[in-house]
Amino acid sequence: MKHFIPFIVAGDPCEEVTIDLVIALEQAGATILELGVPYSDPLADGPIIQRAASRALKNGMTLTRALELIGQMRKKGVKIPIIVFTYYNPVLQLGEERFFALAQQNGASGVLIPDLPFEESEHMRILGDTYGIPYISLVAPTSHERIAMIASQAQSFLYCVSSLGVTGIRDSLPKQLYEFLQQVKSYSRVPVVVGFGISTADQVERLQHVCDGVVIGSAIVQKIEQLQHQLNDVHTRSNALIAFSQYVVSLIEPLKRVGKNESQTTTETTKTVSTGQTD
Amino acid sequence: MLTLPNERGRFGMFGGKFVPETLMRPLADIENQLHEALADSSFHAEYMHHLYEYSGRPTALTFAKNLTERLGGAKMYFKREDLNHTGAHKINNAIGQALLAKRMGKRKIIAETGAGQHGVAAATVAARFGMECKVFMGEEDVKRQSLNVFRMKLLGAQVIPVTSGNRTLKDATNEAIRYWVEHCDDHFYMIGSVVGPHPYPMMVREFQRIIGEEAREQMLKAEGKLPDTIIACVGGGSNAIGMFHPFLDDDVECIGVEAAGKGVHTTEHAATITKGTKGVIHGSLTYVLQDEHGQITEPYSISAGLDYPGVGPEHAYLAHIGRVRYESVTDEEAIAALQMTAETEGIIPAIESAHALAKAFQIAPLRPKHETILVCLSGRGDKDVQTVMNYLEGDER
Repeated sequence: MKHFIPFIVAGDPCEEVTIDLVIALEQAGATILELGVPYSDPLADGPIIQRAASRALKNGMTLTRALELIGQMRKKGVKIPIIVFTYYNPVLQLGEERFFALAQQNGASGVLIPDLPFEESEHMRILGDTYGIPYISLVAPTSHERIAMIASQAQSFLYCVSSLGVTGIRDSLPKQLYEFLQQVKSYSRVPVVVGFGISTADQVERLQHVCDGVVIGSAIVQKIEQLQHQLNDVHTRSNALIAFSQYVVSLIEPLKRVGKNESQTTTETTKTVSTGQTD
Repeated sequence: MLTLPNERGRFGMFGGKFVPETLMRPLADIENQLHEALADSSFHAEYMHHLYEYSGRPTALTFAKNLTERLGGAKMYFKREDLNHTGAHKINNAIGQALLAKRMGKRKIIAETGAGQHGVAAATVAARFGMECKVFMGEEDVKRQSLNVFRMKLLGAQVIPVTSGNRTLKDATNEAIRYWVEHCDDHFYMIGSVVGPHPYPMMVREFQRIIGEEAREQMLKAEGKLPDTIIACVGGGSNAIGMFHPFLDDDVECIGVEAAGKGVHTTEHAATITKGTKGVIHGSLTYVLQDEHGQITEPYSISAGLDYPGVGPEHAYLAHIGRVRYESVTDEEAIAALQMTAETEGIIPAIESAHALAKAFQIAPLRPKHETILVCLSGRGDKDVQTVMNYLEGDER
């Protein structure tokens, strides 16, 4: 496995801390970041990320500010690719072209829209090509005959939804997941990563030989929730960031062990993602 | 106009399927099965059988003689959907979708509800067809509509209070969709209005068209001509689409009435077409009440059934092309119309339907006596008695 892709919500617990958290994640071994844009009606998200979105919205976070936050991260030296995870409606209100222009200006590396399925996404994919911002596609356990169609247009990496349901922490992953991943890999020309429900080092360990990366969202966001007061307080922030880093490192411990032997491949794939090349 | 939506589920630019990938296959399954069912005469026969034998259709067309005399203008007729089993037009759609679920071999139903009318209809058909039923309802609405919650429980349904967001219809719908994403392999999501991703807006319309089809025959029989004007209230807009659709190709004026709450110049209203902008809500591109950053805002109306920040995509289209005119009526105007209908005709309408009545009462005196106005009286007001009492007593204080 090559990729550890953490997900956090922009503006949770506040803008300043989001930047610190991203720096901590990069240092802890994240190879790509998914930056969630908070939305009032996040249909694909479970309670943990819903709560994070509410906190961020209360802090005044918007799509534009989230994109500008990426620019600030770049200024602070964050190098890993940053994928913007946003629902479609904020993009529609901002304007699709304007969205891509701002994403490009601020150094975003891709966009993922969970409620914009393949059939509705053509315009966004074309604009993404124009601006050099890859549009990340998802496949789900119900996709079946749709996998070939979706995989044929996949850019950067293909995101597999591990199980039926919304984002969240799951004790176990479905038995059919390995079969599903094999099937997706057989169609995909780009790395295949898995997300939704992955929340323990044990799960990471079991997935490391069957996919190219894992996305971990709710588990990390829950950690931020637990630490929010310490993170918000400048006096306790640095200790809270250390605790956060330790937790993240423990989650991806299995990857580090393998990573030593696979460092060559890791560099190659990261390069593909960060430059947005599809072929 | 009658051939829409297109194969992508679009009414002009509106509609579509803005849902997580997980739901694309389940939606395609429903769409395929729906097309087969609608082309199958035995399905239609079974649907009609339940409407007649179980729900008590056809519903009456009532000439509102006293109101017509009092207002002194056009003749006013009511299409009496309040006389349906469970007290509103919602049962038409619930029966249709339950039959489709049965045809698809699904015995577990999910539904969302605001005031509880669709929840009660879903619970009712689930009981009748031997299905399990889970109804998602915002915690705030659970408190406000405790009687309907108990009705659903009596009917054997499980009511799941939703604690996300503002804990009303929008949030109940979010939660129902989330639950469906997790259980789409064996659950059927029964949406209560002409909203949601394709094919729901089309499907719910097809199961509500019976309102307009019957009314058309009844008006021809009573007056020997089609009505000049048809008026219906619009929240999501299922009774309005059901009423308007069979008349869209005729020279008939159609007016949809949205909830203006405390006034469309305040922030407390649910007048989505009047005041909203294009956006995506619950899987469909339509008009939406939202802020400039694309966050959905909270609507307000005294009527829980109209208290929704979106509107069916077909209404958005009909507004866009100018075929239907959408206006709005405040809480105050709706309550006054409810009182007037009760006192004058001996009918207590639902507060939702009272919005359509209020608009009709404004228009009727301006129209000549040879014209006719047909109002969709979508539901009865028994459920609203407490709300009306609180409103009027509060007013007196």
